[in-house]
Amino acid sequence: MIELDVALKIKSFDLDVAFENGDGITALFGPSGSGKSLTLTLIAGLMRPDRGIIKLDDRVLVDRKRGIFIAPHRRRIGVVFQDSHLFPHLSVRQNLRFGRWFAPRGERAIDFDSVVEILAIGKLLPRHPAKLSGGERQRVAIGRALLCGPRLLLFDEPLAALDMERKLDILPLIERLRDEFAVPIVYVSHAIEEVARLANKIVVLDAGRVKAIGGPGEVFGALGGGSAWSRFDRISLLKMKVCGQNAAYGLTELRHPAGTVWLAGPAGPLGGQVRIIVKATDVVLAARPPHDLSLRSSLCGQIGSIEKDGPLAAVEIVLEGEGRLYAVTTRHALDELGLDRGARLFALIKTSALDERQVAAMPRGS
Amino acid sequence: MGDLSPAEWTAIWLSLRIAIAATIASLPFGILVSYALARWRFPGKTLLNAAVHLPLVMPPVVTGFLLLVLFGRKGVFGAFLANIGIVLSFRWTGAAVACAVMGFPLMVRAMRLSFEAIDRRLEQAAGTLGANRMWTFFLVSVPLALPGIIAGAILAFARALGEFGATITFVANIPGETQTIASAIYSYTQVPGGDANAMRLTIVSIAISFAALVASEIVQRRAGKILANLE
Repeated sequence: MIELDVALKIKSFDLDVAFENGDGITALFGPSGSGKSLTLTLIAGLMRPDRGIIKLDDRVLVDRKRGIFIAPHRRRIGVVFQDSHLFPHLSVRQNLRFGRWFAPRGERAIDFDSVVEILAIGKLLPRHPAKLSGGERQRVAIGRALLCGPRLLLFDEPLAALDMERKLDILPLIERLRDEFAVPIVYVSHAIEEVARLANKIVVLDAGRVKAIGGPGEVFGALGGGSAWSRFDRISLLKMKVCGQNAAYGLTELRHPAGTVWLAGPAGPLGGQVRIIVKATDVVLAARPPHDLSLRSSLCGQIGSIEKDGPLAAVEIVLEGEGRLYAVTTRHALDELGLDRGARLFALIKTSALDERQVAAMPRGS
Repeated sequence: MGDLSPAEWTAIWLSLRIAIAATIASLPFGILVSYALARWRFPGKTLLNAAVHLPLVMPPVVTGFLLLVLFGRKGVFGAFLANIGIVLSFRWTGAAVACAVMGFPLMVRAMRLSFEAIDRRLEQAAGTLGANRMWTFFLVSVPLALPGIIAGAILAFARALGEFGATITFVANIPGETQTIASAIYSYTQVPGGDANAMRLTIVSIAISFAALVASEIVQRRAGKILANLE
């Protein structure tokens, strides 16, 4: 576990953060320029904080007061950089083995072949990084960091430079690594979907300060209104059960005590639990059970609260059973439908807005 | 143009030997100094940089004279070295030292540029993978700077082949010991009727320089090709 409480001033930017990570993936989330990557740089030891303490599994890495600063190569913290930073003069195999060579004997617990297999990079081993695509490069970089047998992995926006399809290839790999190798990960990203899908714990940074810490459900539900994120970024996370598949139409049926959601695409084995991410802007509200609509996914609940913001309103819906769903609609629509706090309603979700991207296998321990 | 005399052959071999020795001996220092100038921050960096470049701008005779003062038998270092059995003045080894000093700035300039061109984040990545500074230097920095290192070495070699002023001042012009192609040509031009001999050695000199350039081109192109595959 990493624990830190550090401050650093660079020119006009002032970073002052304190948090500890949880099991699995902890996300550092925030807009660009919020200090996420800088925080990672401090953890990795590539910069020194002006003040503070960093501890990894009770080993003090940095303590400015006591004059302790452990060099990066002694920290055993693997880093996956945004643009991979593979060594151009070494083959993929040599890149992967680079860190292994320096790992202390007896700490090379992570098996080379299984990492290569999970990341599907077996065919790339003899090649040089220049001959790889962006997605391949990033998979190799993940393998390289993992194979040095780290106590902690840092991911610095590893998918930011990739297109959506590559992201979809790599996200499940990161989930598998998280579950199979049990190395804690601190994951920096400003992509809300990535973070919501991967992380157990989210540390929200804004302008160099921690704004919120918590599980994805709590943190993302509370975002919005006046913060650096627009209301359009507000999302909800719902636990659902995979109940059926409609092979003819390629749909998956997900159940929640409040209703059924249809997903365009696969979502794991029948009976499995998944977490879906619903953007507030993809939710439509209806006062009565709808008819003659193309929308097929509907959840019922009660309005918990309404937050008005100019012409729009953010509505919090307390779903039957458990969970909360956020919707953005116009104030006008709410008034015409006569919806107010406590009103029962149906929340409709566009199936076309939900596909694999929005579905995460439940992380261990959540 | 006729056959070369034994004395001329001696001058040619001596020139090559001196140039090769000068290049090889200065290579480790050149790599270290250029890396330090490219990457480290330390007090006196500007001074070191100036000192390295001094032979490039000073008259070669001045460099040669300073070497004589410092490394001559009675010089500060020369006396010490003579004490442990190393004599540089008026020996071919002294000529190699003079050539090394004269070629050093060229070597460092080329190498420093290529060290500076390496993405620092690659070196940082090596650090996060557990490599200390020394390993990072040998496994990442040096291989990536290789084209520049080769270019620097070849520049220094070419400079050594052509060195005249500092060499003749420091180690004189002793046939068989310190007489290089350049100083042999100079000698021939000082005696009546030596022009033909001077011309023969001039042609040899051109041939060697040309071969060195072609070789450097081939080596660099290869290194460039390897690196192009990597980028």
